[in-house]
Amino acid sequence: MLRADGLRHAFGHVMALDDISFSLAPGRTLVIFGPNGAGKTTLLKVLAGLIRPQAGCATVAGGRGAIGWIGHQSHLYGHLTVTENLLFWAALYDVPAERRRARAAEVMRRLAIADQADRRVWALSRGLAQRAAIAKALMHDPQVLLLDEPFTGLDLAAAGEVRALLAQLRGAGRVVVLATHNIDEGIELATDVAFQRRGRFVHFAPRGAHESAEIAEAYRRAVGAGGAGGTAGG
Amino acid sequence: MRLARAGRWVTLVGLVLLAGVYLRALAFTPIERSQGPAQKIFYLHMPAAVWAELAMVLVGLAGVFYLFLKDPRLDRFAAASAEAGTVFAAIVLTTGPIWGKPIWGTWWSWDARLTLTLLLFFLYMGYLLLRSATPDPALRARYSAVLGICGLVLVPFIHLSTVMFRTLHPAPIVLKPSQPSLPGSMLITLLFSFGVFTLLYIGFVMQRYGLSLLREELAARERAAAVARGRGGGGGDGGDDA
Amino acid sequence: MPLGRGERGGRLVGDTLRHAWTIARKDLLLEFRTRTAVLSAVVFTALVLTVFNFGRDPTAVATIDLAPSILWVTFSFAAILALNRAFQLELENEALEGLLVSPISRTSLYLGKLVANLMFVAVVECVALPLFVLFFDVSVWRVLAPLIAVIALATVGFVAVGTLFSAMVIRTRFAELMLPVLLLPFFIPPLTGAVQATARLLDGRPLSEAAGWLRLLAAYDVAFLVLATLLFPHTVDE
Repeated sequence: MLRADGLRHAFGHVMALDDISFSLAPGRTLVIFGPNGAGKTTLLKVLAGLIRPQAGCATVAGGRGAIGWIGHQSHLYGHLTVTENLLFWAALYDVPAERRRARAAEVMRRLAIADQADRRVWALSRGLAQRAAIAKALMHDPQVLLLDEPFTGLDLAAAGEVRALLAQLRGAGRVVVLATHNIDEGIELATDVAFQRRGRFVHFAPRGAHESAEIAEAYRRAVGAGGAGGTAGG
Repeated sequence: MRLARAGRWVTLVGLVLLAGVYLRALAFTPIERSQGPAQKIFYLHMPAAVWAELAMVLVGLAGVFYLFLKDPRLDRFAAASAEAGTVFAAIVLTTGPIWGKPIWGTWWSWDARLTLTLLLFFLYMGYLLLRSATPDPALRARYSAVLGICGLVLVPFIHLSTVMFRTLHPAPIVLKPSQPSLPGSMLITLLFSFGVFTLLYIGFVMQRYGLSLLREELAARERAAAVARGRGGGGGDGGDDA
Repeated sequence: MPLGRGERGGRLVGDTLRHAWTIARKDLLLEFRTRTAVLSAVVFTALVLTVFNFGRDPTAVATIDLAPSILWVTFSFAAILALNRAFQLELENEALEGLLVSPISRTSLYLGKLVANLMFVAVVECVALPLFVLFFDVSVWRVLAPLIAVIALATVGFVAVGTLFSAMVIRTRFAELMLPVLLLPFFIPPLTGAVQATARLLDGRPLSEAAGWLRLLAAYDVAFLVLATLLFPHTVDE
């Protein structure tokens, strides 16, 4: 479904990806924790085909068309309405023209933004905009979801809502990869957990029966030293 | 560091030989009949013009190869070549008017080849400005490669359009296949000068290449030092946690 | 279902064009929604034409001698203005990143932007041309069709290079200043050709006299359309 083989990438002298290999079967949710500058975004960008890695390769079944990308930026045009944005992105993802409107209505209903359908995106609150961004990523019913710090800038309530939505989306044959620097976010969604530090996976294992608190403790031990430094530096 | 120093020596030798060129040009080469002594500047002007253009070609070719190979050495070379090209274009643009005043009776004329050099100069300036305005090294290398390739394709179009526009420039008289109309001794001086300018180009490029290498190493060392400082502090925090 | 090579190639071209049109239509819709950009470009162009009127000595130089230059300097300024905003509007909420992760080819992104820019510049030119006729009292009716052809040829050249460069400058400092500095040398060949051809036309001479210039314009268009399509991926991909 999704596999990475020996990925390596450096920006100048900074290692962003250092020999990263893993594969995920349908239904798995990998949550990658790491401090800022650990290379999480680079990894997601490589998986999404935005960056060609200097070594190794990443394959996603179905290619770019099978990927839904949710970052901290919404990719939506402020002067277009939510519906217009969704129709535009659906057209780029080759959703058949006759199905786009129905699909947009369905996705907006699912994200509880049906009442925002005809509002311009710039007028939406941060939380609503993030939901619209998720709606955009779901328009083509992607089998792989890549999420880059999806909770950034959201207040607690909005972050909770987004988390609940993601809980609905994972499983059902989908592969989800979520990257975040905050160990308290998204840990309960994980079926697999990775800790990334200076481009390396210092830990990668199925979550098993571990409690969230246990994983958080393990993360602090594994990344703690570099984590504090990395956060301070970046 | 070694490269920059070697480049300085090559340049020095080039400059000494350039003095030799002028010794030969002034003392041992006949004065051109119709143009008089003003023609002497030609030994400086023509090789510089040729190298100003060749440097652009090399910038473009380095760009093509960079986009395929992503080798930072190619980018460094392209930047060095553009800087050398800028200097040569500036030489052409200053010697041109000095020669033009007595011969054409005007400091500046929108003659085809002079215009070409002026536009080359602007291209080089744009290229160097783009480099300085792009902080990320990988991005800078890609952008300058793209611009360099476009410049390479632009040059023949400017040639065409300026020639079609109008021209006052003496027609090429040096290497006409039928009969070279330049007297032998002048031709030898010119070829000698061309060789010297080739040496100067190589010297300039070596120096600039060496310098940018040095600058990159310095930046890398500073970054490494910053990381080490950050890690030291972070390590302390981790220790407290444990 | 396995496809033949020809069929697959056909679908690839079809997809590319369809995606390009989707992007162009989105740009035009955005332009229509805000209208500020196109309106300011039109007002700017009208102002440049007005400034030209005062920037000459009407007793010394006949208008007809200056007219082609005025027209083309104005058009190239208008093009630069249009191109400056081309990729700027993709930076809002990092929409460009979204376009790059979507399954469209880089070629369709370039072509879509090219078409949107061409439309934008065409709108400005459609307003500027009548103003030019009005302000400088040149009659273009007899030569309208060939004149439009010349304008189209040169504008494609401007916009082909400009779209490529505008994708680069958005990630640099001083983007608004960088674009004209990079772009103007590239405007020289099409500008020269267009001015020469326009001068022949306004003078009532046959277009065949400018055949060489038209060939230059066409060659420039083809060369830079191909080159920009090939190079564009390198400006956006990491």
